[in-house]
Amino acid sequence: MVLKLRARVMLVAMAVALVAASCGGDDPLDEPAVDGEPRGSDQIDVAAVWSGPEQENFEAVLDAFTEATGVETSYTSTGDDVGAYLGTQIEGGNPPDVAMLPQPGLLRDLATDGSLTAADDTVSGALEENFAPIWTELGSHEGTLYGVYFKVANKSTWWYNTASFQSAGVEPPATWDEMLDTAQTVNASGVPWVSMGGADGWTLTDWFENIYIQTAGTEAYDQLATHEIAWTDDTVIAALETWAELVGDEANISGGVSGALQTDFPTSVTKVFADPPEAATVYEGDFVGGVISAETGATLGEDADFFTFPQIDDAPPSIIGGGDVAVALSDDESAQQLLAFLATPEAAEVWASAGGFTSANQNLDTAVYPDDITARSAEAVAAAEVFRFDLSDLQPAAFGGTVGSGLFLRFQDFLKAPDDPMATARALEKDAAKAFN
Amino acid sequence: MAQTAANVSRRARRKDKIALDRPPGGARRGLAFAFMAPALVLLGAFVVYPSIDTLFQSVQDTDGSFFWDRSFIGFDNYAEIADNQGIRTAIKNNAIWVATAPAIITGLGLMFAILTERVRYATAIKIIVFMPMAISFLATGVIWRVMYDPDPKLGFLNGAMKAVSDVVAPAGPYPRAVSPPETELVKTDAGAIAHADDFQAGDTAVIGLTAIPETEIPEEAVQATTPDAPAGGLTVVVWRDFKPGGGETGVVEEGEFGLPGVAVDVLDDSGAVAVSGVTGPDGSVTFEEVGDGPFTTQVAPSNFDPGFTGVEWFKESLVTPAIIGAFCWMWAGFAVVVIGAGLAALPRDVLEAARVDGASEWQTFRHVTLPLLAPVLGVVFVTMVINVLKIFDIVLVTAPGDVQDDANVIALEMYRTAFTGRQFGLGSAIAVLLFILVIPVMFLNIRRFRRTD
Repeated sequence: MVLKLRARVMLVAMAVALVAASCGGDDPLDEPAVDGEPRGSDQIDVAAVWSGPEQENFEAVLDAFTEATGVETSYTSTGDDVGAYLGTQIEGGNPPDVAMLPQPGLLRDLATDGSLTAADDTVSGALEENFAPIWTELGSHEGTLYGVYFKVANKSTWWYNTASFQSAGVEPPATWDEMLDTAQTVNASGVPWVSMGGADGWTLTDWFENIYIQTAGTEAYDQLATHEIAWTDDTVIAALETWAELVGDEANISGGVSGALQTDFPTSVTKVFADPPEAATVYEGDFVGGVISAETGATLGEDADFFTFPQIDDAPPSIIGGGDVAVALSDDESAQQLLAFLATPEAAEVWASAGGFTSANQNLDTAVYPDDITARSAEAVAAAEVFRFDLSDLQPAAFGGTVGSGLFLRFQDFLKAPDDPMATARALEKDAAKAFN
Repeated sequence: MAQTAANVSRRARRKDKIALDRPPGGARRGLAFAFMAPALVLLGAFVVYPSIDTLFQSVQDTDGSFFWDRSFIGFDNYAEIADNQGIRTAIKNNAIWVATAPAIITGLGLMFAILTERVRYATAIKIIVFMPMAISFLATGVIWRVMYDPDPKLGFLNGAMKAVSDVVAPAGPYPRAVSPPETELVKTDAGAIAHADDFQAGDTAVIGLTAIPETEIPEEAVQATTPDAPAGGLTVVVWRDFKPGGGETGVVEEGEFGLPGVAVDVLDDSGAVAVSGVTGPDGSVTFEEVGDGPFTTQVAPSNFDPGFTGVEWFKESLVTPAIIGAFCWMWAGFAVVVIGAGLAALPRDVLEAARVDGASEWQTFRHVTLPLLAPVLGVVFVTMVINVLKIFDIVLVTAPGDVQDDANVIALEMYRTAFTGRQFGLGSAIAVLLFILVIPVMFLNIRRFRRTD
């Protein structure tokens, strides 16, 4: 098994190298942002959180960059805490030239500190050419562009068992109201509509974020993220009421509310693809695909598929997600060259074709993704007019990331009493006020 | 007075001894310190410094930064402890733990020790009871998380109970079936699904049920039909009122299956059951000669009996007792072995003397064995009290997230506050509180060690 795995990893690595060689060397025509000469020094340092196979894939991207520009790169894996790693490097006066930041809050913090170098025109040009305007906005701090979102994650994917949909005779719903109707039909077919991993509080925060961005809009979302508006705000109540339309009817939830609260995230996925299925759908991010492949007998694209989180009341299509943003920490011009390169479809293609990667690059041919599911998820991200980062990740840990308290606990309590959103809102506000002071 | 004198003389003797052992001259004291230095450094760095720093942090406002970044806030953290609902729950739960777990474990240990003393395979039994001790708290937590699972298919406890209940009171054939909305069907207080129209002889009543999975349609089921009732009789049709896309509710349509084996009642005017029957493969059942109506028809409650669906061990009120149970499972073996050793060391002559004097087994146990065993029981009890006061990992692992704050204990609250919440000041204050609570027990223990010395 180990041997087999290693062999597979090597195969992937070789395939990546081949692709890298072919797209880096042969067609210099469609690389307008990247010229063939180093603009700054011959060698730059790059740091990112990735290790193992992800590191290999990213290094293949860097190799393609070297091929195109002649700038050598040296990669360092930061370990889990990128913030702490970069903090000590900056303190020591020797930060890497380019770093990939996995948390949006980190870009804000480093930009405020003055540790980042603003992106130049070649970078902003490449971004404008290849990405929706939202990505320039997300890569900026107070009007200055700093970064390029190279790798993104989609947390607005709602997964379903295709056989359950077929036997209930329903199609994936596009709007929240359609979803509620579809749920009724699927329930009547004998399979509860949705499986919730409520034992893991973070799944519930993702539910809330997807509903809130739709019902409250981006402005309120950003204000709530920084606690500029209180959790007792009307927008929060409205989002909870919308959520209650679904979870208020226990027939919609596999095992009812108590069942949901005892189900952890992996189980919530396997329930949908069990035989017989214990639920027809499960909502969580694009990583559910990996769980389906690893933990169930279902084949992605055949037995399992996804639809984008339904639109609520004609709000613009939105995606909640995560992303790794490339930023420059030195004045080296070659660092700017790398940022510009990472904004090209050629750079994205290297990793995208290897799998386990989603790009928001609109000019990337989605046919390069190894499967249809990833391609569609990436299309949804690239087409989204609204993209926001996971709100709970932007909160102080005591409020947004602690088991048995804050967001996790209050949303679990909400499932138990969905008819009283005000009580949930008050409890949330009390916790938030404490965590933010 | 005499005792004091004895003490004084003993102390004097000890002093002499120390004086004799002491090396001549102070020159070698330096050497002694050199030898002790590594231990002192380690002790200082890992025990003394953290303890003092914890004390400091408990009166500071800190998120874990170095001490020059902290500000003193006096006893605010302690005031917060008194005020904080979460910490109060933790203290209450810790009190429950201390009040129950040590007593249960000591009691169980005593019982097993006495009983196994009399049987031939005592060692084998002791090994089995002792075995959980070889498992870490973490693993125990994981094991019992599964043991207590509410789903009878996963949780052993609920599975065992279900096995029994399936024999005594089996579930109905369609436990999850419901009546679709927007039909004339109603769910009665008794749990039946009734069609409350006034039916007369010659009528056919239809009762459609939904939420029955395709996989649960019996093999013998065929397309549902609505046969005409015989003159003077009634026909009732029970079917799966669903086809892909939903179909029209309340109407038997092409592609919808009858539900065989369903118990159907016909109720007369007074609400009493007039006749009962069971449906056939097409879902229909016919009652001949029912007499004059009006009648109500219903699918009997027994069809929907969910049977035993599992005890929710992890609900708010049960979670602490459940975890205490897991803890007792783990530590009972320790108690058995220690108490068993104590029993083996009892002076046989005293026991025999009691028996010769005509004491019954119970009297021997109560008035001879127990008093002689008291020190051993004390050791077990106090050890358990200390173990329980600092209880942490088993609660963290066993309690699901949504009830973690209901199962909370002081050490867990300290961890949650300091390390996940990054409020190190408040966390330190909780640690100090825990320390203060442990002191009396430690004092007791140290005094007992002295006595046995």
